Amino acid sequence: MNDPRDFIAHEAALLDERRFDDWLALFADEGHYWVPLLGAAQVDPLSHNSLAYEDRLLLQLRVARLKNPRAHSQHPASHSQHVLQPSRIEEEMGDEVRLRTPFLYVEARGESQILLSGTARHHLVRSPSTPSGWAIRQKRIDLLNASRALPAIQLFI
Amino acid sequence: MTSYRHHPDRIAALVQDDRVHRDLYLSDEIFELEQERLFANTWVFLGHASQVPEAGDFVTQEVAGRPLLMVRQPDGAVHVMYNRCAHKGTQLVTDESGNTGRFFRCPYHAWTYKLDGAPLGLPLKNGYEGTQLKACESGQGLSVVKHVKVYRDFVFVRLADAGPTFEDYFGEVLGAIDNMVGRSPEGKLTVGGGVLRNIVHCNWKMYLENINDTVHPMSTHESATKAAEALWEGHAPTDPKPMAMEQILPFGSGYEFFDKMGGRVFANGHSVLGVNFSIHSNYAQLPEYEAAMQAAHGVERAADILQRSPQNSVLYPSLSVKGSPQAIRVIRPLSADRTLIEAWSFRAAGAPALLFERAMSYNRLVFSPMSVVAHDDVHLFESIQQGLRAGGNEWVSLHRNFDAAELAQSTITTNGTNELLMRNQFRAWAKAMAAEAAA
Repeated sequence: MNDPRDFIAHEAALLDERRFDDWLALFADEGHYWVPLLGAAQVDPLSHNSLAYEDRLLLQLRVARLKNPRAHSQHPASHSQHVLQPSRIEEEMGDEVRLRTPFLYVEARGESQILLSGTARHHLVRSPSTPSGWAIRQKRIDLLNASRALPAIQLFI
Repeated sequence: MTSYRHHPDRIAALVQDDRVHRDLYLSDEIFELEQERLFANTWVFLGHASQVPEAGDFVTQEVAGRPLLMVRQPDGAVHVMYNRCAHKGTQLVTDESGNTGRFFRCPYHAWTYKLDGAPLGLPLKNGYEGTQLKACESGQGLSVVKHVKVYRDFVFVRLADAGPTFEDYFGEVLGAIDNMVGRSPEGKLTVGGGVLRNIVHCNWKMYLENINDTVHPMSTHESATKAAEALWEGHAPTDPKPMAMEQILPFGSGYEFFDKMGGRVFANGHSVLGVNFSIHSNYAQLPEYEAAMQAAHGVERAADILQRSPQNSVLYPSLSVKGSPQAIRVIRPLSADRTLIEAWSFRAAGAPALLFERAMSYNRLVFSPMSVVAHDDVHLFESIQQGLRAGGNEWVSLHRNFDAAELAQSTITTNGTNELLMRNQFRAWAKAMAAEAAA
């Protein structure tokens, strides 16, 4: 998977197939998953709060919890659908690449469904040792109107 | 369908000594009456003065279903007005916050008002000569909320003309705010990092009850705490924990821990949970900060502030306070089955940045719409909202540790798992709901 744009599509497909362990393996050791509360306007994860700012440890916790039959909020289970626009490469520097991917995200559970939209910003690094050839240094999700009151978002945008 | 408005006896019958009727959560009429009789007649948290530092700064916020405007005045005071043009009812501002300059100007017909709401000007003035405009409400400027209390920068309103004074209403539970403010060596907090806002499809009282529910973490949060424990397995108890682990692991502390933390109730529904200790008691010590606290407050007072880390203090019916981390939750009822929950973080002036990071981290891990801890809470509240429609049993049990002697007392200190902390909320509810509607 040499083209990082294919990697982005692959990453979203893993989430939509609920292959969370495979998805987690895409992250570099120091990788982060970040959903800023100010959306695209947010400068950094620490001067302002975020809907989520998770390192591998917290992502592991999230994935482990989803497997526990006593994750009550997963009865019935949630399913996601990422509808991606074509990713655009914004910057390439040596082994690193940054891409932006506008998306619609649907999360469905039982009779309810939520719709979110925004732009995913991936910071990837080449990783010859992994099957996909890339690792996620950061996946940042800039939601449209991130600070509005939201219902529970249970899976990964 | 039962009508409650003109039947105080029917409302009183909904709250028994040790249980409450499901209509408290399900009835649209009860919700309407709560807005009129509970939220308009008691002191409700509106916002924080640090949101409006400069003259002309404003914040818009609904309380009891009414649109309000909190405005910083040129003399430094914080005033609260209804966000409604005296002319035709347009909201003067529709942004959540901003600065209006030296006056408000209605976007519809350009009527203008001073920052305190006094009328300033309007176009085609001659057209009003000989009319009754000046003599009626529409000529008096913006309607002002008369009962506003700014307590250590926390802004509360009582919309009704009649009712208890702020101090009488809250009494000793104000110590929860004092404790949080005291954690700043300079005695000053500012709101920071934004507000996490959640829509939960449940009645607001379920959320507020759960703030005092010490028995649910072991079963409700089992999936999150088991995952955290498995990830942390193999570490010695003395190993320094990442902040997230420090904050999540104590949720699995067990029934005995939660029982022994103790609780205290006060008149009017207020409470402190965790009078002895809480899941927040064992955050890493910060020696330099403690030295700064001792320099500011003296050794004894500093120790007193820092040793108190209650789980939650409830300023009934709108606010839940944690002293450490410096975080509050605000309960904003939207309808019988919909509630807005806000989680705010504070910066304590003169305290290390780590304290603010703790507040934001805790809110993000536990009170964000994406929180793995909150997902199970929210699911269960929404499940109760549906389950209560069942036949056979119309009551919610609050029997744990009920003792008839509690009925005659107002301030009681008890074990942490006593449902008295919830019964006390409903007794205050019944008292407020028996009152006549607000003006």
